[in-house]
Amino acid sequence: MPNKSINIQLRQETPIPLDLEFSCAPGEIVVVVGPSGSGKTTLLRSICGIHRPATGRISSNGTIWFDSKQRINLPVQQRRVGMVFQHYALFPHKTAIQNIIMAQGHLEKSQRLDKAHALLEQVHMHGLGDRYPHQLSGGQQQRIAVARALAREPDVLLLDEPFSAVDQQTRRKLVRELVQLRNRLDMPIIHVTHNLNEARRIADRICIIHRGKTLQIDTPQNIMTRPHNAEVAYQTGHSNIFSGTVSRHDAALGKTYIQWGVHEFECSHQPDFAPGTAVDWLIPAENLILHRRDRPSRGERENPVTGKISEMIPLGESTTVSVEFDDQQSMFMGVPTHVARRNGLETGATVTVSLLSEGIHLMTKAGTSSAKPS
Amino acid sequence: MDWQALNLSLTLGLWTAVLLIPAAILLARLLAWRLFPGRSLVQALLALPLLLPPTVLGFYLLTAFGNQSIVGKLYAALAGDTLVFSFHGILLASIIFNIPFAVQPIQRAFESVPVSVREAAWCSGLSNWQTFWRIELPLAWPGVLTALVLTFAHTLGEFGVVLMVGGNIPGATRTIAIAIYDRVQAFDNASASIMSAVLLAIAFLCISLIYFLNDRLARRHAQ
Repeated sequence: MPNKSINIQLRQETPIPLDLEFSCAPGEIVVVVGPSGSGKTTLLRSICGIHRPATGRISSNGTIWFDSKQRINLPVQQRRVGMVFQHYALFPHKTAIQNIIMAQGHLEKSQRLDKAHALLEQVHMHGLGDRYPHQLSGGQQQRIAVARALAREPDVLLLDEPFSAVDQQTRRKLVRELVQLRNRLDMPIIHVTHNLNEARRIADRICIIHRGKTLQIDTPQNIMTRPHNAEVAYQTGHSNIFSGTVSRHDAALGKTYIQWGVHEFECSHQPDFAPGTAVDWLIPAENLILHRRDRPSRGERENPVTGKISEMIPLGESTTVSVEFDDQQSMFMGVPTHVARRNGLETGATVTVSLLSEGIHLMTKAGTSSAKPS
Repeated sequence: MDWQALNLSLTLGLWTAVLLIPAAILLARLLAWRLFPGRSLVQALLALPLLLPPTVLGFYLLTAFGNQSIVGKLYAALAGDTLVFSFHGILLASIIFNIPFAVQPIQRAFESVPVSVREAAWCSGLSNWQTFWRIELPLAWPGVLTALVLTFAHTLGEFGVVLMVGGNIPGATRTIAIAIYDRVQAFDNASASIMSAVLLAIAFLCISLIYFLNDRLARRHAQ
């Protein structure tokens, strides 16, 4: 049984730095997330053979597509890839069905039309095959681009920001369709996007990249709650990220203690970090508890810290409160707007906040040797 | 009305277009998508006939095609005839003179084909040749059409270069434009005006054809 996974290992300095290594199994969706210019598109172009990376190895379904050491570099046409381009890149002078048939060169002529119609049906475009791309909406064009990519019967499906050119409503619909479609496909799917929310909805694993380098590849849950370092945490939208030092462990109590300025916080046991290690740590906003003035709040004995409200931004039902501490570092939290009003929260008011110990996550500090991944 | 001259002009225009357009397609595609050292210089050289007075270009071509030149000697050895003052001579001059009219519209057309569309063709399994034939060329077709009609029409109206290289030999090098000049010199304004009107009509027809076909193509393949 050949290994139907795709294995990718790429390294180059120019024109866009790349330092990536990951695999994707059949039926799995790996979503590569990174800001613009982080090398996402170059990664896809390297996989399909349009770009030749300086060094590395790409193998798919038991075939080596690229190996800089063995000087193997299969041309695009010999790599079985289905690629959905960012702006779809449909052939404008061909109808939808002709676009699909164009990618069926490997089939007998007699089979092409039937299979193309079956693909149209699969992407919910039945009856629209005779339309030209300019007669189709953005969402419909995207579906045809997916059908064309699948028409090649590829070993791997590559999607380059396929939802970036459609409105919010269409995007939700297309994401749902992609998830449904993927259940019927037995091939690795690599999807790149800068949109983390989109990634969380469709990914089996998310690969966070920055300047072409893999920062972390993990399940969406772990990426969101257990980022390996501050860079991943920033990219996943965390704002309460700080630096501290591990002070001690208490294995019996299952606790680790960290020092943050004058405060010592208790967190869940994270023994991979030796006492004295400088770490970055984060606390998701939902693990910050604002103490009520009139009566005790849940968990208020855990890691209490007092500061002043430096800013309040009401955003409809929720208000973002930023609390500044003596050392001028701030934590951000969301509070229901009515709660903020009832508690008389206002800029300059003194408040106490508790950091729930299980919510504090320690991360390797940038530039230091990494701790074992959890 | 000098029917022989009109016939010669139409033949010259047709052959110029037929011979020049395929070469122009390859050259234009190269200039549109490849960055190579000296690209600007090549483009400037190809555009030169647009700016040079036809007599200057004609003079240089006359010198280059002359019996003492390499081209002239080569032609004489192969065809047993002189290149200057022959139909082949004015055909070659006409091809050179029309290069910018053929290359530029096609180059613009290739430049307007998105790179991603070509890449999508490769990813769909189309070879480079299939991509050219089935994707690039159909998409650049309005430019090719423009080049074809422009080259043809422009050859019909050409005067200076043809006169310099070919002279005024009836049936061999006397084109309709030269015939008009010839008639005016002979105070035969009636013939000159008929032939001018014919040339005007052809030019107008050609330009209208370009606009009509391009509009139609644009409507069909609007992106």
